[in-house]
Amino acid sequence: MTNKRPTLVHQWLLIALGIVLTLLILVVPLALIFSQALSGGWSLLAQNLDEDFMKHAIGLTVLTTLATVPINLVFGILLAWCVTHYDFFGRRLLTTLVDIPYATSPVVAGLCYLVVYGMESTLGKWLYSHDIQLMFAWPGIIMVTVFVTSPYVARILIPLMQAQGADEEIAALSLGASGWQIFRRVTLPNIKWALLYGIVITNARAVGEFGAVSVVSGTIMNQTLTLPLLVEQLNNDYKTAAAFTAAALLACMAMLTLLLKTVMEWRQKRRDDAPAHFSPEAMPKR
Amino acid sequence: MNPSFRFFRRPPVLPGFVPSFGFSVLFLSLVILVPLSALLLYVGDMTWAQYWRAISDPRVVQSYKITVSGAFYSTVIVTGVGFVLAWIVSRYDFPGRRLIDALVDLPFALPTAVAGITLSALFVPNGWLGRWFEPLGIKISYAYPGLVVAMIFTSLPFIVRSLQPVLEDLEPEFEEAASTLGATRWQTFWRVLLPSLVPALISGASQAFIRSLGEFGAVIMIAGNIPFQTEITSLMIFVRLQEFDYPAAAAIASVVLIASLLLLFLLQVVQGRLLRRT
Repeated sequence: MTNKRPTLVHQWLLIALGIVLTLLILVVPLALIFSQALSGGWSLLAQNLDEDFMKHAIGLTVLTTLATVPINLVFGILLAWCVTHYDFFGRRLLTTLVDIPYATSPVVAGLCYLVVYGMESTLGKWLYSHDIQLMFAWPGIIMVTVFVTSPYVARILIPLMQAQGADEEIAALSLGASGWQIFRRVTLPNIKWALLYGIVITNARAVGEFGAVSVVSGTIMNQTLTLPLLVEQLNNDYKTAAAFTAAALLACMAMLTLLLKTVMEWRQKRRDDAPAHFSPEAMPKR
Repeated sequence: MNPSFRFFRRPPVLPGFVPSFGFSVLFLSLVILVPLSALLLYVGDMTWAQYWRAISDPRVVQSYKITVSGAFYSTVIVTGVGFVLAWIVSRYDFPGRRLIDALVDLPFALPTAVAGITLSALFVPNGWLGRWFEPLGIKISYAYPGLVVAMIFTSLPFIVRSLQPVLEDLEPEFEEAASTLGATRWQTFWRVLLPSLVPALISGASQAFIRSLGEFGAVIMIAGNIPFQTEITSLMIFVRLQEFDYPAAAAIASVVLIASLLLLFLLQVVQGRLLRRT
């Protein structure tokens, strides 16, 4: 359906209401973050960015994301390929299972990992006796982040790959292409932009994960604080300007995510069969 | 086993089934199923009396009520707000439409801790928005309304993105037919448009509700976390962990986990029904 120019008064009123709501709910909070971060001037902002705890938190957050995104990228592609190219017993179960991290409270997720790998369990004690510490250290942070962000790539790819069907792949197969060639030359170009958006949104959620990470992190300054945890820590210590400096960094990442999403949707839409939007938020039709 | 049982409903044509299926199942088991089952097993070591005491502690019971009622109010409000945004973005052409469309994803891309400290700074009595509520005697930050505000913010994209594709696919013919048959605008909306939006509305609202039940970062930073007033269940798990009472934390978590899995399952069933009907 093509959009039409609003003509009637009540249509304009509805649009005005929508714009006011967007301003209040979305634009004003964004403006506040940057105004608070800059409340002490540019020099204080630079000084806050240069603090050891800030640099350490940035490093840990980048490390977590660099480890998480590739793992979930591989998983998302393989799962989406599996459930859209074959019809087998349990196919719907797989797509339901991948929704579990979506419905699980992140604190519960963190606790689950603590129960398996923490000192409470046999496995945890065994690991401890071999000097391997997963919980309250960076490996645990990566593990729970992988859990929390596992559904996104799959959820973006599944509707797209379903809409595209397998005709092109089957044609390639009949022309003698191998499985890897089919994936690289046929499937990958078709899903390229959606895949990139999957990476971008997995990255955003991995950088921003709070609940699950706070359970397994132990919040040790300069050791296990990611940026979102640092925001909370600084805020609790009444270091508002520093807290909002970290928050502003994260907000920049969020805005870049939105920008990239718009660009990638536009590129993928140039194919006829692509859905108009990538929405990891919407339940895919099964 | 049923003799006519076949693993493949259609024989696979393309290569790559074994690696993709194998890796997916391995990943889902290791990352998702094992930790969740471990929690339930861990809880299984407790006696019924211990379990019951942990989950029926008055402060915990109050936290269930606060979480569920907060999620309920926020879902009702966000459904209304999201409906307006989805409607104008997918039906009208006006300056700023694309910007609104892009901004709707902000709560999804913005870390929840950032959302929490920002909303809390906005709604304190001398904050940008809080100062308008102060003369009315309404306290938002560090009180129950703040908790609802945080849930509204984080669940907004779920409603809009569920409704949008359906709104964009609506054929104008139905509305035109309704109006040629003499229906008023309201009648067209209530009798023609709304019924076709119901499945998407239910799906979006349920997801917003599930999301709000589990929301942690944004809520704890604005709610003030006053026992019996603004403590959500996720926070109670966290409090028990800080008291090193792991069994009690796990017991409460098992309640949350089972409730959210039931909701997810219910949503799948309802959605399957609704989609089949339309």
